[in-house]
Amino acid sequence: MSDLGLLVETARPLPQPRVITPGLTTGDKVFRFLAAAAAASVLAILGLVALFLVLEAEPALKVSGLKFLTTFEWNPDGTPAHFGIAALIYGTAMIAFIALVVALPVAVGSALFVNEYAPVRLGRPLVALLDLLAAVPSLIYGMWGLYYLQPHLQGTSRWLTDHLGFIPFFHTTRPVFGSSMFIAGIVVGLMVLPIVASVTREVLSQAPRGVCEAALALGGSRWGMIRSVILPFGRSGIVGAAMLGLGRALGETIAIALILAFNFKITTQILAPGGGSVAGLIANNFGEAGEAQRHALVAAGLALFVITLIVNTVARIIVNRTSKGKMED
Amino acid sequence: MTDIPMADVRIDTAVLSTGPKISTSGGGSLRADGVTAWFGKHCIIAGVDMDMPAGSVTSIIGPSGCGKSTFLRTLNRMHELVPSAAMAGEVRLDGVDIYGAGSRPALMRLRIGMVFQKPNPFPTMSIGENVLSGLKLAGIPCRDKAEMTERCLNKAGLWAEVKDRLGAPAGALSGGQQQRLCIARSLAVSPRVLLMDEPCSALDPSSTKRIEETIREISSQVTVVIVTHNMQQAARVSDYTAFFLADKGEPGRIVEFGPTGEIFNAPNDPRTEDYIHGRFG
Repeated sequence: MSDLGLLVETARPLPQPRVITPGLTTGDKVFRFLAAAAAASVLAILGLVALFLVLEAEPALKVSGLKFLTTFEWNPDGTPAHFGIAALIYGTAMIAFIALVVALPVAVGSALFVNEYAPVRLGRPLVALLDLLAAVPSLIYGMWGLYYLQPHLQGTSRWLTDHLGFIPFFHTTRPVFGSSMFIAGIVVGLMVLPIVASVTREVLSQAPRGVCEAALALGGSRWGMIRSVILPFGRSGIVGAAMLGLGRALGETIAIALILAFNFKITTQILAPGGGSVAGLIANNFGEAGEAQRHALVAAGLALFVITLIVNTVARIIVNRTSKGKMED
Repeated sequence: MTDIPMADVRIDTAVLSTGPKISTSGGGSLRADGVTAWFGKHCIIAGVDMDMPAGSVTSIIGPSGCGKSTFLRTLNRMHELVPSAAMAGEVRLDGVDIYGAGSRPALMRLRIGMVFQKPNPFPTMSIGENVLSGLKLAGIPCRDKAEMTERCLNKAGLWAEVKDRLGAPAGALSGGQQQRLCIARSLAVSPRVLLMDEPCSALDPSSTKRIEETIREISSQVTVVIVTHNMQQAARVSDYTAFFLADKGEPGRIVEFGPTGEIFNAPNDPRTEDYIHGRFG
């Protein structure tokens, strides 16, 4: 009977889909226009920024070409002037990496504590406090890092080089430990910690409660539940939070400009004074830069712009890929 | 009822001997004594006394909001996971108070398993991993994983449907299959008691039938307590039935508790009769 019905159905030609009009009211149309304009302005601003950077950087890039990215020297007064930011890109990446190594475990730990272990009365103020940390201007962090943290990290640096010196990164040739990428990285790490912790906490709190209860009802401990349900669930979110923190760390300026003893060498000795970052370079030199150097600094800014775009795109890809096995509640 | 000093030792060996076969001792006996539960200042159930003998199936029926699920969750210490939750009274597993000093909630939940209203397999794990997940969580070694997986899935009536795709993600199963997977997962840790909170309310009739068959099958090895909104289901699967009722603004209480046949055919309380015949609730 139903077979027959199916046969008859398929024998008839399929109709064309009907045109369905959305039937928007005037209010809808006005609002749609405003919303579309807002969305377009975001794209326009991004485009204008990129255009400005490219146009302003062009004179410098024309002179240096690819060498701008592959050489180390920054010599605005030479004849001819020479600009290369390879060391700065390396320094930027290294400081951002140190920052993430510092921030991520603390962020995940604090997020888990607030969500899973802290009593409600303690959890709420903790969240507020964490968000407050994010509101502290980076200049304050920089000063604190320079005057307080730096002297107190000398011992840590010494210990690291004495005991873990066989790892290239912790090796130092001279026992001087200030103004290093290590200290700058830790300060930047503390600066990105609140945002990473806040996003991580938000993501982990979305773990389906029913599945969490299943783990506990099977005789699992809290830690067992965290390991088997919450962390697998939040993996992509944690990666996203880390990438967000990375984006901030790459662009951090003031704290690095205050702490780092700028030089233009690539070195694995992160505990020793020296290092550089693109954003720090721009902050340090833009004020007194002449015409040629200004173009070069904008070119450095362009490089930073592209790097952050790449990091964010990669982050998005990772998040999309790892969230495929996402659970529903 | 007094504490039996030997009881603790006996349960411990039952848990530890999770070797190749599920304990056939006929499950554990569970007894609620004056169980009262609150969320904040709001009292949900008051003074519930109930005896759930070893190897029996007990169903709990009653209108929505009468505290059935809350009561069930006091029986394996899931209730206390909600902030502001409180309870009074005693719950005795084989004579030993599970809220007693020195008793660990995780160990109690290992002995008194739970199946939830909404199927909740671990979505990041495969079907096979889900079955063994309880053993892993509780740190219980398992010698023959394949045999354990097959036996538990068989008991839950799911083996034939999934035996060729144990590595597939659990989320790919239908709702009814997921629920049976959850039952298999609960059975793998050899609980003494299995609590089921409306396990079929999200399922279609044929899945419901399969799960009812499963309940009858496992009842010889594990004591089952099931909350259900389905009167026929209570009549079909259970040996004992408890009828809960909460008057407006009052905590839920037991109206009547007894052998299922009596509750359904000759209830003592007119309210039970009214409820069973669909006259309220």
